[in-house]
Amino acid sequence: MPRASSKRKSSAPQNPPAVKSSNARSGTSTHLFYSGKAKAKEIENFFDKYANGGIIDPDGIVTLCKDLELEYTDVRILMLAWKLKAVKLGYFTQDEWETGLKTLQVNNLSKLKKAISELEKEVRTPPNFADFYSFAFRYHLTEEKQKNIDIETICELLNLVLGPQFRRQVDLLIDYLKVQSNYKVINLDQWLGIFRFCNEISFPDLENYDETQAWPLILDNFVDWLRENHR
Amino acid sequence: MGQMDSYEKDFEEHMLQDTGAYYSRKASNWILEDSCPEYMIKAEECLKKERDRVSHYLHSSSEPKLVEKVQHELLVVYATELLEKEQSGCRALLREDKVEDLSRMYRLYHKIPKGLEPVANVFKQHITAEGTVLVQQAEDAATNQGGSSGAVQEQVLIRKIIELHDKYMEYVTNCFINHTLFHKALKEAFEIFCNKAVGGSSSSELLATFCDNILKKGGNEKLSDEAIEETLEKVVKLLAYISDKDLFAEFYRKKLARRLLFDRSANDDHERSILTKLKQQCGGQFTSKMEGMVTDLTLARENQTSFEEYLSNNQNAHPGIDLSVTVLTTGFWPSYKSSDLNLPSEMVKCVEVFKGFYETKTKHRKLTWIYSLGQCNINGKFEQKNIELIVSTYQAATLLLFNTSDRLSYSEIMTQLNLTHDDLVRLLHSLSCAKYKILLKEPNTKTISQSDHFEFNSKFTDRMRRIKIPLPPVDERKKIVEDVDKDRRYAIDAALVRIMKSRKVLGHQQLVSECVEQLSRMFKPDIKAIKKRMEDLITRDYLERDKENPNMFRYLA
Repeated sequence: MPRASSKRKSSAPQNPPAVKSSNARSGTSTHLFYSGKAKAKEIENFFDKYANGGIIDPDGIVTLCKDLELEYTDVRILMLAWKLKAVKLGYFTQDEWETGLKTLQVNNLSKLKKAISELEKEVRTPPNFADFYSFAFRYHLTEEKQKNIDIETICELLNLVLGPQFRRQVDLLIDYLKVQSNYKVINLDQWLGIFRFCNEISFPDLENYDETQAWPLILDNFVDWLRENHR
Repeated sequence: MGQMDSYEKDFEEHMLQDTGAYYSRKASNWILEDSCPEYMIKAEECLKKERDRVSHYLHSSSEPKLVEKVQHELLVVYATELLEKEQSGCRALLREDKVEDLSRMYRLYHKIPKGLEPVANVFKQHITAEGTVLVQQAEDAATNQGGSSGAVQEQVLIRKIIELHDKYMEYVTNCFINHTLFHKALKEAFEIFCNKAVGGSSSSELLATFCDNILKKGGNEKLSDEAIEETLEKVVKLLAYISDKDLFAEFYRKKLARRLLFDRSANDDHERSILTKLKQQCGGQFTSKMEGMVTDLTLARENQTSFEEYLSNNQNAHPGIDLSVTVLTTGFWPSYKSSDLNLPSEMVKCVEVFKGFYETKTKHRKLTWIYSLGQCNINGKFEQKNIELIVSTYQAATLLLFNTSDRLSYSEIMTQLNLTHDDLVRLLHSLSCAKYKILLKEPNTKTISQSDHFEFNSKFTDRMRRIKIPLPPVDERKKIVEDVDKDRRYAIDAALVRIMKSRKVLGHQQLVSECVEQLSRMFKPDIKAIKKRMEDLITRDYLERDKENPNMFRYLA
């Protein structure tokens, strides 16, 4: 990395000199030392392409997806939302967009495409994945004070988020959720419990499952159902 | 030590060894040849003889060692074979009520550490088996005979269980000298079979019905006062073995309400007596509502007297009908749906008058009328003769409609009375399809349908001048069970919050077991139900799962 770059004047006041990161790619790191204002403007323009009334709304996101050549149901969009720390489902605020893209070091479409494929790897590393998994639930709480998500959405989310990693468990769990009638909604604690279950419980034998422990009741019921129907 | 060294080393040791060998040989023969009682008698004899020997010519310090040796060879080594002897072992002795032999068994094994445990175990298994047989008999009778004779069988069952309890309690006090192990065995055995349902009724309900039969007028228990007291005493003792005590309380309360409101209670003293016993056994909270109900009736009678005074002082207020009103305190009584029955005008006046009177007594209470529990004496002017009919308010309201109409359809009656289909069908059936046909139904089928028409049966007659037309009560069992389940959810919530508030942080298993412990006085909570309530408390932000340890919970202030 050229020493000279550290001497370039940087008018972006908040840029830390942590540019000497190990995965600095040539060229990308120098972007941080572009004039902060110019970069910010590019990001803003990028935002405006999809924004409508100062915010990127669902239609904007659909367009963005088309440009990114992704289905809008693709898990990578959810990952982007996570990275952007988006709060409202289906919307990206200007602030979220700008802060997020800055972190990704992205200011245009092609860079974004690339960043997204990198992002997938980043998300799938353990501590991030747990955070992403939790985010996925909270992101889908659309009403104020909403604490639960309906079963149908949960099934879709499980398939999307956990499916790739725990295909067998997720498929069976989705089957179960659809036939049981005790729960019409799932809360965050149960959602997180599912993740723990997939990680900790040996499958399909379920040998180490102990229902006297604090597993959510719905998982106790799931295990009973599995033992009855899938032996 | 000095002085005993020789005695112990040179003599006692060898003596003990030889004693051991001697008895070992004997025991190996006796165990094959003798029955359990015979063997035990011999063992007792041997022990006595050895004790005598010590007192005659041995140092007293040898006694415990000698006794232990003999006990070991005769009783410990062969304990299992002895107790499990097919024809004469512990099980057989219990079967044949061999009280003396069992007492001996107790005496012999009492001194041996853990010696009584296998005996207590067999005792428990035996009682459980006998109890289970009784329950099964009642269940079979209920399935085969069904209906009212099935119900009688269920009552017989309670009687038999009481007898079984009396019998084996005697064993515990006499043969087993009140040893805790045997009290425990008896308790656990009864807890097993006393919680089995019979013929669709839970044991809680059976017990409540049994009490109702004793306490109501004309109940099938025609016993002396002392016998009744004794039976009530025993019934309350049985309650200790029932895990769903709250369910019993609810059934009891419902039946108590009917006894009190319809004046079917045989004896006020007995009513109060059983409440005292229940209070002693289960605590004041258990009986507070029931006591309130009994007191309400006394107050209601006083109130009625005041009402009658009020009427005599206000002649023009009189509704023209003899009215008696029982005012109940809502919290004590089971919940009753107030109905929107359209009262006949005669009764409307009654209600108004009473309201006027009640307001002179207190302005801070609200009266909700429960017509479904009312009774009415109504004069039927039939062609042959007048007959007084004792009916429920609902039935009276129906009949009075025919004062102004000759013929009414089902739907007309429904509109005029404003009752539900369920209520109306029951009502009309009791008046037109049962024993006394006060109304004629067209078509003359056995069931009520919505297209039926009804007419006053002027040709009705009976040799009595006064008849009661029963209205069969609605089966309340389902509602009672639902109400109790609902109360349990609140109770579990409260217990969980109480525990977590004081402990702040607690592991899951401990929380569950403490919760079960706290609630055990009233019911045995289902573990899944507890988990469900915990989930609810998490959603309501009372609790949270610890971030590090998912089996730990924290109280959120």
